[in-house]
Amino acid sequence: MIRLIDVYKEYDNGTKALKGVNMRIDDGEFVFLVGPSGSGKSTVIKLITAEIAPTEGRLMVNGYNLNNISPRQVPYMRRTLGIVFQDFRLIQKKTVYENLSFAMRAIGASSRELRRRIPYVLQLVGLEQKADRYPGQLSGGEQQRVAIARALVNNPSMIIADEPTGNLDPQRSLEIMMLLERINELGTTMLVVTHEKNLVNRFDKRVVAIENGRIISDKTGGYYNGEKI
Amino acid sequence: MARRFDAGYYFSEGFHSIFTHGFMSFAAVCMIVACLLIMGSFSLVAVNLNDMLGDLEDENQLAVYIDDSYTEEQARALEEELKAVPNVTNMTFVTRAEALDTYQQSHNNVELFEDLPDDVFRDRYYVHIADIAQMAQTKANLEQVEGVGDVVAAVEIAEGFVLVRNIATGVALVLVGILLVISLFIIANTIKLATFYRREEIAIMKLCGATDGFIQWPFVVEGLILGLTGALVAFFVQWGLYQLVGKVIIQGNGLSLVTMIGYTTLIPTILPVFCGVGALIGVGGSLLAIRKFLQV
Repeated sequence: MIRLIDVYKEYDNGTKALKGVNMRIDDGEFVFLVGPSGSGKSTVIKLITAEIAPTEGRLMVNGYNLNNISPRQVPYMRRTLGIVFQDFRLIQKKTVYENLSFAMRAIGASSRELRRRIPYVLQLVGLEQKADRYPGQLSGGEQQRVAIARALVNNPSMIIADEPTGNLDPQRSLEIMMLLERINELGTTMLVVTHEKNLVNRFDKRVVAIENGRIISDKTGGYYNGEKI
Repeated sequence: MARRFDAGYYFSEGFHSIFTHGFMSFAAVCMIVACLLIMGSFSLVAVNLNDMLGDLEDENQLAVYIDDSYTEEQARALEEELKAVPNVTNMTFVTRAEALDTYQQSHNNVELFEDLPDDVFRDRYYVHIADIAQMAQTKANLEQVEGVGDVVAAVEIAEGFVLVRNIATGVALVLVGILLVISLFIIANTIKLATFYRREEIAIMKLCGATDGFIQWPFVVEGLILGLTGALVAFFVQWGLYQLVGKVIIQGNGLSLVTMIGYTTLIPTILPVFCGVGALIGVGGSLLAIRKFLQV
């Protein structure tokens, strides 16, 4: 579960990125976070992943209070999250399998756990035949599937996808979104940051719209409802 | 998934990382070798100098002359009292007759000395001391003993020895200190380069929830391997150099004024010291390089 209570964030250069954001995401939810660039979407993600700290307000992520989390605890909090980026961020010199094992090794998984978990996750994203390929040998959509598999491999309670379809054509984008929906149905909370309204409108999900550092709308179904929210 | 210390993984990652920026690793090893060689050579000179000084110190004794009015028996009776003086280790008693004998033997071709009476000489003790730096104080203490007529000691020479040794040790320590710092920064730069090569991987590891310890261990292993490799290479090169210098000295040293300690007798000291210093600068350099960057 994620809770932001009256969160403000002002960067060192004086930019006021968030101006009193309140948001609650319960376990098992599928939430789109939408808004134009510069609206504060990325700041919300960075706050949740503890890359930055709020200037004001309270922040809870999966049972961790990020207002007074110790640096030693941060890695353990991050293990409850899986993160997917627009640019995939795969290690090019490692195969698909190695990219996943790398993520599992990073949190101290044993070889036995790797052998058990990785084939299952690859099958979930439909890449079980491509475990030995390098990212450069895969299409954009396939690379994003690898990134999703990597986010999923450590069995997080929540996946945060930051513009996951930004680099993909509409058909691949739809496939990726359907994959995320399926993962959500299996029990993983999903927070998808995007500004692709056509895609958002195809799924009947909760949409939180942020603009100019404030939440301007939070309802189920649709990015634009006839006019700008 | 529990926290584990995966030594195999750390070693494998650290080992492979060395070859991904092979030239820099090679340069780092070369610099460690150079630093250890300079440090080792200087230390070996100091050790040999110290050894030679030690020999000279052993020969540096005080002559305690007993008062003329004392009989030989009375003079012998002073031994316990003289032994009680601090810093005195052992002594030999020499009677007037023996002293005369020695004197005549050393001038055996000079007729003039042949019929000298032995009361020209005094009974005496030749005294060895533990610490030649305290020779002047010991000399004064010996003079205080009743029955001692005179004490002759080469205090200036003793102080000269102590000064030379102190300077040699001081210079060696300063030089070693400077070289250690230089090596440390070279290793730190190599590891910084390694972290730069792997910055993407590190960012991903952090987002996956890797602990700082997990991220830094492979770099520590890398530093350790570089340090130990440098130490081993330096050890063997030092061996060769030492033998070479030894040969040159023996050839040009007919009078055996200069003696050298055999390298093999020094191995039990040199090898652990080189490995220890190599490991220290390797690990120290790694920690120095990644400490700042882990605070993200």
